[in-house]
Amino acid sequence: MEDTRTGAQDAQDTWTVAGRTFTSRLIVGTGKYKDYATNAAAAEAAGAEIVTVAIRRVNLSDPSQPMLVDHVKPDRFTFLPNTAGCFTGEDAVRTLRLAREAGGWNLVKLEVLSNTKHLLPDMEETLRALKLLIADGFEVMVYCSDDPVYAQKLEEAGAAAIMPLGAPIGSGRGIQNMLNLALIIEQAKVPVLVDAGVGTASDAAVAMELGCDAVLMNTAIAEARDPILMASAMRHAVIAGRQAYLAGRMPKRMYADPSSPLSGLI
Amino acid sequence: MKLTINGEVQVFAPLPHLAALVAHLGLDSRKVAIERNLEIVPRSAYEQTPVADGDQIEIVHFIGGG
Repeated sequence: MEDTRTGAQDAQDTWTVAGRTFTSRLIVGTGKYKDYATNAAAAEAAGAEIVTVAIRRVNLSDPSQPMLVDHVKPDRFTFLPNTAGCFTGEDAVRTLRLAREAGGWNLVKLEVLSNTKHLLPDMEETLRALKLLIADGFEVMVYCSDDPVYAQKLEEAGAAAIMPLGAPIGSGRGIQNMLNLALIIEQAKVPVLVDAGVGTASDAAVAMELGCDAVLMNTAIAEARDPILMASAMRHAVIAGRQAYLAGRMPKRMYADPSSPLSGLI
Repeated sequence: MKLTINGEVQVFAPLPHLAALVAHLGLDSRKVAIERNLEIVPRSAYEQTPVADGDQIEIVHFIGGG
């Protein structure tokens, strides 16, 4: 019998995406940190096994600038390259081909955004980009709106994971549409990750209690006053939410139900 | 020769291949990916890939992102 109180059960409770199996259900971004050292420490405190990364031009005027890979090391974390800043399918394919050459693997995060004000996904273009990437041999985890209909289309097109937003990127508003997320989780046969919108630990717990496979976040940790402490809080929240989901919550009732027996009263 | 690297025109003395350009720029080839004229050059091919006047080169790497 596993002792679930110590977290020993965690080693058994894994999830798998595109044939790769992970124990941690918290994926963290690597943007917005004051420096890469804090970033690396936060990723460790989060217990993350996967980190998202972006692809950008090298700064040629100062090649001695610190580089992400020197702090957040690819042999310690699985890098999940993203397509942040891409607004068309072609941009996304070009970016991820470069990422594949830089990193040597094909598991990627697709995000095709619509405009810079709300950063909501352009789902029509996202679906088109997904098909282009799959044809090019990529395994694609797809950032998407919390629309069960489009989530189904992504899955049918071959997405390796569906990653609906909880709220707009960097907004920290928490889970805005639990009903839609529950519908997406119920219908999906590939992993579902809540990506974006988490602001604090309880948001991550709510996402996991809905039954999603993992949570992806960046700003909630990076912009906390103490990012490393918040990373630890998120780690515990994700574990707590997952265990609560597995444990099966009690039914909600309209009225009170006493915890102490009413019989035998003096 | 003139090369456009990451959108900026730069002038170089002739270079034998892409590996020489990477070294000249002070970059670690293990940490970058390169496009030459919109085609990705595999890292293993840098020494066999010429650089010619007018080439458009993109050199990218991983940075922090969400």
